Amino acid sequence: MSQVLVLVDHVDGAVRKTTTELLTIAARLGEPAAVFIGGHPDAFDNASATLAEYGAQTVYRVEGEGIEDYLVAPKAEALAAVVAQAGDPAAVLLASSGENKEIAGRLAVKLDSGLITDAVDVQEGPVTTQSVFAAAFTVTASVTKGVPVITVKPNSAEPIAVAGVTPTVVTVPVTISEAARTAKITERRPKEKSGRPELTEAAVVVSGGRGTNGDFSPVESFADALGGAVGASRAAVDAGWYPHNSQVGQTGKQVSPTLYVASGISGAIQHRAGMQTSKTIVAINKDPEAPIFELVDFGVVGDLFKVLPQATEEVLKRKG
Amino acid sequence: MNIVVCVKYVPDAQADRTFSPDDNTTDRENVDGLLSELDEYPVEEALKLADATDGKVIVLTVGPEDATDAARKALQMGAHEAVHVQDDAIHGSDALATSKVLAAAIAKLEYDLILTGMASTDGSMGVVPAMLAERLGLPQITLASELTIEGGKAVIRRDNDASTEIIEASLPAVVSVTDQINEPRYPSFKGIMAAKKKPLQTWSLEDLGLTADEVGSAAAWTTVTSVAERPARTAGQVVTDEGDGGAKLVEFLAGAKLV
Repeated sequence: MSQVLVLVDHVDGAVRKTTTELLTIAARLGEPAAVFIGGHPDAFDNASATLAEYGAQTVYRVEGEGIEDYLVAPKAEALAAVVAQAGDPAAVLLASSGENKEIAGRLAVKLDSGLITDAVDVQEGPVTTQSVFAAAFTVTASVTKGVPVITVKPNSAEPIAVAGVTPTVVTVPVTISEAARTAKITERRPKEKSGRPELTEAAVVVSGGRGTNGDFSPVESFADALGGAVGASRAAVDAGWYPHNSQVGQTGKQVSPTLYVASGISGAIQHRAGMQTSKTIVAINKDPEAPIFELVDFGVVGDLFKVLPQATEEVLKRKG
Repeated sequence: MNIVVCVKYVPDAQADRTFSPDDNTTDRENVDGLLSELDEYPVEEALKLADATDGKVIVLTVGPEDATDAARKALQMGAHEAVHVQDDAIHGSDALATSKVLAAAIAKLEYDLILTGMASTDGSMGVVPAMLAERLGLPQITLASELTIEGGKAVIRRDNDASTEIIEASLPAVVSVTDQINEPRYPSFKGIMAAKKKPLQTWSLEDLGLTADEVGSAAAWTTVTSVAERPARTAGQVVTDEGDGGAKLVEFLAGAKLV
């Protein structure tokens, strides 16, 4: 059976949930194989335990000087080296993020292979499903040339643990070319941790818009009661009320949580593009004519400053 | 400084975007199109840099006949020249083919910097800038929320989920910018009038030394096998808050086993 390569997303060896989702998808297409780039030796040990738990039969450990000091290009080179080592893999899977999509793009050019981004499902073939034009259409597609390179959106599969797998570790030494050492990262400032789940990976997202008037505290409290992430509409971000990396919409993050709560958001097309594929949608808005109500499973016409605190209290009460 | 800005003509997101029934490609003929909103940002950034350095902004677009509108809008904003690569054989190109055409066109131009938006608003892949850098063998510094040019170097700020990075590269380089970088100007009346006299060249594949079998649907590296309109979400229950809206909301969530 051909290998299916999964690029591991990790923070110092802590494997992100998106990677375990991809390993589960990889098992549908062939034999899951993880590609681990960078990090300290301890980081690798931590990561390989998780990768084994989710069925990675092989773990490629890429070692190369300076891979993490330059933007995107070295990782694409490293991944191309692993593809060569793996022979003829059935596919290469990456979690959809800004950086990973760029790595995928460069890899596709290097391999002269087809690229599909932002799949929400991948089945045998591989045949991908994408949600396009602000989620107005569902498209299935496949790659017709080369090794399919596919980026998959978070929450596209439920990770399934596999017992008793001991991966074969293959070390791949990589020499990064001078050409890939041209965009140097001179400074990296970690963002302050909010303690909340990452927006695109969260099962619950509570977002605030113009209706918050800049006060996100009821939105944050409700998100915390539900263990969710906080999002914001473009209007709220443009007004400087919430950081841009929390923006949900066409020009921000596309989220697909189990529950999406839109508070004080009218639901313009720009916003809908980022949340329309959520499983359950709930909205609170003062304006009964707001287009967001066309999408909701449950809506409350009312003041978010009254409705959200009451809902927060109610959730906390039920949790005991 | 000579700056090439790559822009895309896209179907208006406010219109009913759809696909051509014949070949499952994006319908660019029966849906009103315009300059992709996200491409106004690199145009604005290029104009500011050109102003500061007494430079020139060349707009480059690839697309059907109507795509001239996108180039025209950039000229109205203040760009100096435009190139429109137009060839029936390009129809149905995917990102790999599009980047190939753009790279071939850029190779014919004189430039110090290539600017693009972060993604198109139709395909929204966000991969063409990286592909361009790969094909042209140029440094890639992408998703810039801030850009400074100094001493032959471009320095950007890139805001990731977990960190903010400062990245630098020597020129020429491919730089993509986000919608956080500036506030694009509206074309002035004077700008609209002036744009009519600005040079706008049309190039064919042959002009680029490319052949029809290298691009378009026939050469696509991917194929769309089905297109289906997503069923409209069935309207849910909407209640008016009468002092118990929050409680009712949680009741609904509990019923759906979400709390």
